[in-house]
Amino acid sequence: MQKFTTLTAIAAPLPLANVDTDKIIPARFLKTIKRTGLGKNLFNAMRYNEDGSEKPDFVLNQEPYRKAEVLIAGENFGCGSSREHAPWALLDFGIRCVIAPDFADIFHNNCFKNGILPIKLPAEQVEKLMADARLGGNARITVDLEKEEIVRPNGERIGFKIDPFRRHCLLNGLDDIGLTMQRAGAIDSYEAKLRETQPWR
Amino acid sequence: MVQSAKPRTLFDKIWDAHVVDRMEDGTCLIYIDRHLVHEVTSPQAFEGLRATGRKVRRPDLTTAVADHNIPTSDRRKGIAEEESRIQVETLEENVKAFGVPYIPILDVRQGIVHIIGPELGLSQPGMTIVCGDSHTSTHGALGALAFGIGTSEVEHVLATQTLLQRPAKNMRISVEGTLPFGCSGKDMILAIIARIGTAGGTGHVIEYAGEAVRALDMAGRMTVCNMTIEAGARAGLVAPDETTFAYVKGRPHAPSAANWDKAVAYWRTLPSDPGATYDKEVVLKAAEIVPMVTWGTSPEDALPVTERVPDPAATADEKRRAAMQRMVEYMGLTPGQKLSEVTIDKVFIGSCTNGRIEDLRAAAAVAKGRKVADGVYAMVVPGSGLVKKQAEEEGIDRILIEAGFDWREPGCSMCLGMNPDKLKPGERCASTSNRNFEGRQGPGGRTHLVSPAMAAAAAVTGRLADVRELG
Ligand code: SF4
Repeated sequence: MQKFTTLTAIAAPLPLANVDTDKIIPARFLKTIKRTGLGKNLFNAMRYNEDGSEKPDFVLNQEPYRKAEVLIAGENFGCGSSREHAPWALLDFGIRCVIAPDFADIFHNNCFKNGILPIKLPAEQVEKLMADARLGGNARITVDLEKEEIVRPNGERIGFKIDPFRRHCLLNGLDDIGLTMQRAGAIDSYEAKLRETQPWR
Repeated sequence: MVQSAKPRTLFDKIWDAHVVDRMEDGTCLIYIDRHLVHEVTSPQAFEGLRATGRKVRRPDLTTAVADHNIPTSDRRKGIAEEESRIQVETLEENVKAFGVPYIPILDVRQGIVHIIGPELGLSQPGMTIVCGDSHTSTHGALGALAFGIGTSEVEHVLATQTLLQRPAKNMRISVEGTLPFGCSGKDMILAIIARIGTAGGTGHVIEYAGEAVRALDMAGRMTVCNMTIEAGARAGLVAPDETTFAYVKGRPHAPSAANWDKAVAYWRTLPSDPGATYDKEVVLKAAEIVPMVTWGTSPEDALPVTERVPDPAATADEKRRAAMQRMVEYMGLTPGQKLSEVTIDKVFIGSCTNGRIEDLRAAAAVAKGRKVADGVYAMVVPGSGLVKKQAEEEGIDRILIEAGFDWREPGCSMCLGMNPDKLKPGERCASTSNRNFEGRQGPGGRTHLVSPAMAAAAAVTGRLADVRELG
């Protein structure tokens, strides 16, 4: 997994609530057996016309947002299915950080497993960043996971909090499976106890 | 170790019984009793195992089946769509290479993963059950902690039979009284989501309680737990009781002989202790529930079928007004229009929400002796091969076919439009599935979520009719 330490980048504003995983990546693009290549279908219905041409008014079809690495979004971002294709599509497009008032649980979880930093902030602060994002190319924002703060283009700092374990994994690019396998002893003894006490399980 | 005397909820009990290890910050390594695997969210997980030289730790606790992509026409001819075929073939190669039990497409037990888990007795009370699919919440109806996971977690469970999780908060939704005539578990859960919103349960596990929930059969409980994810919670629970035990008993993977008694004795200890506290409580009166239908593109935009399409202009909140405007436009509705007069093009009866035998019986009861309205295409997709077989034994297929319904092979089908069953742009569908998102059933398609009885009523009237009018 790619590490996440700090990022200074263009942020794209997407001021919609309840952006669901079908919007992020419609089901018909889930037929891949790879993790990569989904970026071109990110936000497919919002981004393209039926004939495949781009919708010019969609934010990610505009300069400089084609190069956005941060997404500023509305409430309940990522609701819907458990498809990890949603973070894969964001990542493949180049998004490394999503900032929203809140996220759907599974999507939130899936972001951390793929090196994307999802940041929950109070709505007023998301609004400020949304305004910054609307400024376009000259208004880069900095996301510093080490210090747990965002630096706005005007220099104002906004703090955020990330679960310590997840922060540690993201900062170091650590793979959960490797960490868990170090606890194989505990899993073995759990299974041994289970065979005795709950043989039907 | 002596358990603390603090009264615990059903969720607390299942959680405590599965903690393998606890980190300093409260994250727990929890043991997984059942892992269900399907073709869409697993290829990258197996790819990960291969790349790191890891094995599947407990193939015996894992079951794989293909459901999302497969055609609902005759499968003996194979899968025509190349990408879908590749996904199914990849699953078949992976289960072989890693020794995972697999239910082949032509096996009568094949079906939607959340239908077959309970049906085969793989899902049992007190278990932790996961699958790379958000509607894993369905299995919570048995009193199991069941939730959807992403592909990285699928890989984690395959490799370690555990997951890293933080405990959820407890929420209880009680539905008091008796559900009125014409209402089912589907109407109950739509009413709940309309009340608490699609983020209402975020961060919580929802325990459904109250007389009306207790009175539901297992199919109804599964429908309610299924759509818990649409209420923002990853898992729903119904305390196991006699209805649950009677359902599990005798199923192929259910405990048998002496183990059965041991298991039931344990399952009886699971219901929440008196005095257990919840972080959030919601109470609904069953008597106030009316057959529900969604009008918008989020499951929370549901109303009694007796209502009218809401008017965005009458909404004070600016953001909500804009969202409503967009939804009304996408759905091609007129504010103030009576919902029961909205005409439909297609009907879809099936999915892990409403693809069980009880659902097909409810649809057939309405369709019996009637005809699908002119210009309407209505399809029935049983949730599994066993559901289909039972329906055929009961003659339900004949009632539906005579009424003009298309009787299909089991799978996810038009619930998500990954196979050829899709809506065309602008087409309007009364659907027993769980998501009415834009484009969910095909690009530009318009979905109204309803119960199986309401879907059948829509099929025979050609509009979102109130099933109670049909008697
Ligand atoms: S029936 Fe629909 S919701 Fe259920 S598993 Fe299949 S696609 Fe998902």
